[in-house]
Amino acid sequence: MPRIRADLLVSAIVVAIPWIMSVGFPGVGASDATTTTQGLAAWEQVYSVLTSPRCINCHTATNYPQQGDERRRHVANVVRGPEDKGVPGLNCAGCHQETNADSTGVPGGHNWHLAPLSMRWQDMNDRALSSAEVCRAVTDRSRNHNLDGPGLLKHHEEESLVKWAWNPGRRPDGTMRTLPPLTHEEFVAATRRWVEAGTPCPSSR
Amino acid sequence: MATFQLTVNGERREVNVDPSTPLLWVLRDDLKLTGTKFGCGISACGACTVHVGGVATRSCIVPISHIGDRPIVTIEAMAGDPVGRAVQDAWVAEDVVQCGYCQSGQIMTAVALLKQTPRPTEQNIEESMGGNLCRCGTYPRIRAAIRSASAQLPKGGA
Repeated sequence: MPRIRADLLVSAIVVAIPWIMSVGFPGVGASDATTTTQGLAAWEQVYSVLTSPRCINCHTATNYPQQGDERRRHVANVVRGPEDKGVPGLNCAGCHQETNADSTGVPGGHNWHLAPLSMRWQDMNDRALSSAEVCRAVTDRSRNHNLDGPGLLKHHEEESLVKWAWNPGRRPDGTMRTLPPLTHEEFVAATRRWVEAGTPCPSSR
Repeated sequence: MATFQLTVNGERREVNVDPSTPLLWVLRDDLKLTGTKFGCGISACGACTVHVGGVATRSCIVPISHIGDRPIVTIEAMAGDPVGRAVQDAWVAEDVVQCGYCQSGQIMTAVALLKQTPRPTEQNIEESMGGNLCRCGTYPRIRAAIRSASAQLPKGGA
């Protein structure tokens, strides 16, 4: 009997060690390093969406929005205006209606406007900021309308202009606008993993 | 085809058109309000500007199905509007018009500017009028007329 018990104990250990190695010890959790690494990987997925044309065209550092996949300056000398909604006589809403106008190729969504300058993800030469720089901007509550991690997740999941990026409608030539590199579901899932990891940001510039 | 009930210059109008028809063509072809002009057709020049719900709107790119119940105001109603009247008077006094093709759009944008900003700065004028093109190059006289109209308006707006 003692010999059998010892065999059972060895077997249990052989089975248990790989399981413990894979999920970590209960009460200890995955190591912080692992969590941060996973969070940073998730952030890079989020960053790939934020810097796609459907998102970054309205997160400029200048006084104008951009348009198109080539991110050219918006036609008609459109300017940002004091509230990021254009100026009297040339408001965003003067062309951009509540929904896409596919017959004329004009995108639309509720409360169409530029992101505030505090959420600029480009430099003054219209180049996208680095992953670390965008991450710092997005997570700085003094710049992001005081959104914490769950608030950022909710923003990515529910905000109508964010969701518009996956329903951007047709261009004036009738072709479909390109989509961000992830689906909205994948984007939300990546944001959730990043938030659950504590919204880590890359340390590099 | 579909039927749309519109309020144009204070009057109820009914049109039966394809829902994708731009507002410009409903105004010009169906309602015979030809003061609003077709310029570029891609919202780049401003010749087609009207007011929809009080917002200066490029009518060439807004399908009629997107208008809803918002009132539409065109150049034909400007003479009866205090700000519109002031702007038109200033336009005449400053002899702004050359060929005139873009001018209804220019006036509609200027009126939208002055309704929200009765005392515009030069930058206000530059930015608000920057999307309205004039091949005759009447820009200096347009700016002068806006300044002149502004001086005729009550400080808090008409």
